Amino acid sequence: MKRHISLAALAVALGCGVANAQYTDGTIKIGVMNDMSGTYSDLSGQGSVIAARMAVEDFGAASKGMKVEIVSADHQNKADVGSNVVRTWIDVDKVDVIVDVPTSSVALAVNEIVRDKNKVFLVSGAAASDLTGPQCTANTIHWTYDTWSLANGTGTAIVKTGGDTWFFLTANYAFGLALERDTAAVVVKNGGKVLGQVRHPFPGTDFSSFLLQAQASKAKIIGLANAGSDTINSIKQASEFGITGGGQNLAALLAFITDVHALGLPIAQGLIMTEAWYWDLNDANRAFTKRFAPQYKGIHPSMVHAGVYSAVTHYLKAVEALKSDADGRAVVAKMKEMPTDDVLFGQGTVRADGRKIHPMYLFEVKKPAESKAPWDYYKLRATIPANEAFRPLAEGGCPLVKG
Amino acid sequence: MAAIDAARALVWPSRAWSEGIAFAAMVLALVILPAFVYPVFLMKALCFALFACAFNLLIGYVGLLSFGHALFFGWAAYVTAHLAKVGNISVPIWAGAWQWLTIPLPPLSPELAIIGGTLTAAVLGLIVGAIAIRRQGIYFAMITLALAQMMFLVAVQAPFTHGEDGIQAVPRGRLFGIVDLSDQINMYVAVAVIFLGCFLLIYRIVNSPFGEVLKAIRENEARAISLGYRTERYKLVAFVLSATFAGVAGSTKAIVFQLASLTDVDWPMSGEVILMTLVGGLGTVFGPVAGAFFMVTLENYLTTIGQWVFVVQGLIFVVCVLLFRRGFVGELAHRLRVRL
Amino acid sequence: MFEVFGVSSQALFGQLLIGLINGSFYALLSLGLAVIFGMLNIINFAHGAQYMLGAFCAFFLLNGIDLPLPALAWPPAVTFVRITPGLNYWWALVLAPLIVGATGIVLERLLLRWIYRLDHLYGLLLTFGLALIIEGVFRNYFGSSGLPYTVPEALRGGQNLGFMFLPNYRAWVIAFSLIVCLATWFVIERTKLGSYLRAATENPTLVRAFGINVPRMITLTYGFGVALAALAGVMAAPIYNVSPQMGANLIIVVFAVVVIGGMGSILGAIVTGFGLGLIEGLTKVFFPEASNTVIFVIMAIVLLLRPAGLFGRGT
Repeated sequence: MKRHISLAALAVALGCGVANAQYTDGTIKIGVMNDMSGTYSDLSGQGSVIAARMAVEDFGAASKGMKVEIVSADHQNKADVGSNVVRTWIDVDKVDVIVDVPTSSVALAVNEIVRDKNKVFLVSGAAASDLTGPQCTANTIHWTYDTWSLANGTGTAIVKTGGDTWFFLTANYAFGLALERDTAAVVVKNGGKVLGQVRHPFPGTDFSSFLLQAQASKAKIIGLANAGSDTINSIKQASEFGITGGGQNLAALLAFITDVHALGLPIAQGLIMTEAWYWDLNDANRAFTKRFAPQYKGIHPSMVHAGVYSAVTHYLKAVEALKSDADGRAVVAKMKEMPTDDVLFGQGTVRADGRKIHPMYLFEVKKPAESKAPWDYYKLRATIPANEAFRPLAEGGCPLVKG
Repeated sequence: MAAIDAARALVWPSRAWSEGIAFAAMVLALVILPAFVYPVFLMKALCFALFACAFNLLIGYVGLLSFGHALFFGWAAYVTAHLAKVGNISVPIWAGAWQWLTIPLPPLSPELAIIGGTLTAAVLGLIVGAIAIRRQGIYFAMITLALAQMMFLVAVQAPFTHGEDGIQAVPRGRLFGIVDLSDQINMYVAVAVIFLGCFLLIYRIVNSPFGEVLKAIRENEARAISLGYRTERYKLVAFVLSATFAGVAGSTKAIVFQLASLTDVDWPMSGEVILMTLVGGLGTVFGPVAGAFFMVTLENYLTTIGQWVFVVQGLIFVVCVLLFRRGFVGELAHRLRVRL
Repeated sequence: MFEVFGVSSQALFGQLLIGLINGSFYALLSLGLAVIFGMLNIINFAHGAQYMLGAFCAFFLLNGIDLPLPALAWPPAVTFVRITPGLNYWWALVLAPLIVGATGIVLERLLLRWIYRLDHLYGLLLTFGLALIIEGVFRNYFGSSGLPYTVPEALRGGQNLGFMFLPNYRAWVIAFSLIVCLATWFVIERTKLGSYLRAATENPTLVRAFGINVPRMITLTYGFGVALAALAGVMAAPIYNVSPQMGANLIIVVFAVVVIGGMGSILGAIVTGFGLGLIEGLTKVFFPEASNTVIFVIMAIVLLLRPAGLFGRGT
């Protein structure tokens, strides 16, 4: 009698395991939140949702019996909208993981909420290196890039290839100042010199006077410690004043392929920037792009989109291994334990502080004559190996890192 | 405004019972709703309802359209967030040269932080009001807009606001040292009490001799002056009061959402409160509340639908100005021939 | 060369020249606002959006646009027809203001005329709503990264003036804005048409009694003001980012310019626009972090000392 019961109990238990009973609500709910209508809508936006969907399909969730649902929302680059959405998502809609979230202020707010509610946060869009520093949590993984890696990548690589005198054009707010500070430190560390800096108000429209000063400094490299339309405007106007023609190079410290597309090659040519991923780098990326672009009005995937794909893939693997998505900390711990491997970023790891490690690439924008098709914009100037690309674990100030 | 619209020029018999019923209904709704609706959503609506009521004080009863009310809302939020999280206040003093004197304070409990934020809004209201009151009508609107934009740019650069990041992780704290506000229901009750208290205060201000003078100024300022009223003073006081209540709204919002950011001081926020009041009904007591709930609900849906946020808001503006100037509550009051 | 307060005269003159360029845009836009306000007593908040439309129009004239056309089929659908006029900058300078001005006229006839009898603040709210709609629609279709528009061939390159390198295009901006501003001022203040306009502003009923078609004048004036904004947009396209938000922040600065200048006079708008551009340029040299806010600070000071504005006729 007892044996029958125990066998029956075993059968039921096994049945439950196969029938997804351990997933909250029976579903794995992925929430993609980013800017769908503003400055960052092209480099994240609907494209991130598409990337997440492709990741779920490629993972074969359906065939593994895992029910995955994707929801999306527009945080409009506002921290209150973002935190409201995430709160509602977690409390009411039972979303298990938040993905993307460009705009550092929103990401930092979401970081807190996700920690309090013990879900998972996979950051692809935001830049704040504090997410793996003082603000690190056991629920967050910072996937694609951050201010430190950009500063380090662009700064080091440029100094090593001869750009050893710098002048900074900085957006006068926290993000710009941090970017300038990090890059200046890297330049000096590599034997370069910072000849000066000028801080422009944020947001700005006319940079001519600041660019004049940069030109007068005769620095070989003018570092643009700003983002979005400030960067685009600075570059446009620099071209107008003959700065790029006159032997000085611009280094965009935070720029995306969508910015280059907006500028057009005649103006953007010669621009140096660091990105984590480029669609034309290898066959796997090209294949992905071929599937992605038609779904997204022809816009080619940015590194943010690729990061979303990679992060969601790894998340699903971890959840599959754990057979549960309820405990955010456990899932993230699993994601840190398992090495990552996907078609876009290849093999990598997630560190104890939540930093995803992969190589970064230094690109230079092609001249119009060198580009054979739309979106064929970059030539590779240097590859920064994974172990050098990100801030050393000990220097971050993350409370999770002992010692 | 010389005349908000033709209907209001008529004098309705004073039927305050309609307002009493509406108030009772509102209180009842506030008590029941948390059981059905997500409390955080309700708290957001209440903060904005208070903001809209404060704005309505100025435009509905004095006739001054302020296009920069986000200034008070946002800066109160910043100060409250700072006081609740960090506490230290740095003031510039003159000691041979300009220096910063830091008054070390511990992080304050929520009610003190909110008071601090409100005081900031009042002071700012005094300064902005003193400059803006000198002009009327459109100029007044443009001046408030420009000053608000200037303070936005200051907020971007001021160190304590952390610029784009905003002040994050503001602790909810313990109200009066006793009530733990991280419990949603406690927080909700606190917000509801603050809202109702301020709502009643505004109602009292409007329905007082002072309020009558304000309405007189709105109808015909020249006449009010000829009757001997120092209209400039009345307008300034009204402006400061409006700013103060906007400050309460902003301060409360900072504690509820544990966050103060640049969006709170940006001009679209000023536009939103105007829209809320317009949709609800300018110059009605309950209009701003209805308008705020409507807009917050709409925004909730728009985050999922996504890109059409501004277009929808713009359409509502256009439709309201052309066809629906009384707003929901105003229209309702007009049909029922009561005062709301 | 010599130094002024620790800044070389080269840097100084360079910045002043650039300030003059900014001033050109301020002057053009505040002129448009002043013209519209003078006739209609409406603050055209949509001015920034119409400036943006001008820039986009220039872009479309060059690169083409997908125009939605209803397809005569069942079920009813919308097909997109791509029209690529391939018209360059010089065409755009003339056509864009005309096209955008025409849309302004349509707006005026359809929407604005219903609110003339209302309080003027409703005009502000209506145009604010229009601005939101226009910017929202464009933002939805064109994203926010912005579109490229290059400086026309004839104006590329620049002159080395010794103290700075002045791009030809920027010199053109200053010169052309001055011409347009002065021409507008001349028409309004010195011609018969202008005198009708000014009279109609003061006393529309009386002017109408003289047999002058005042409503049509109002419509055309609004169209003209909008065309001025669009013209500024076309001129801005090669140097600023052509994006849906390009007008939004600029319009608030222009409001401050207009308040400082006073709405009473056309000349006041022009002088204040250029003057504030110069002051902003100076601030960029000596105190760059404040260059965004200096115009607002000046506005506050002017209001305290002279509430009607520098050239205003008082309210």
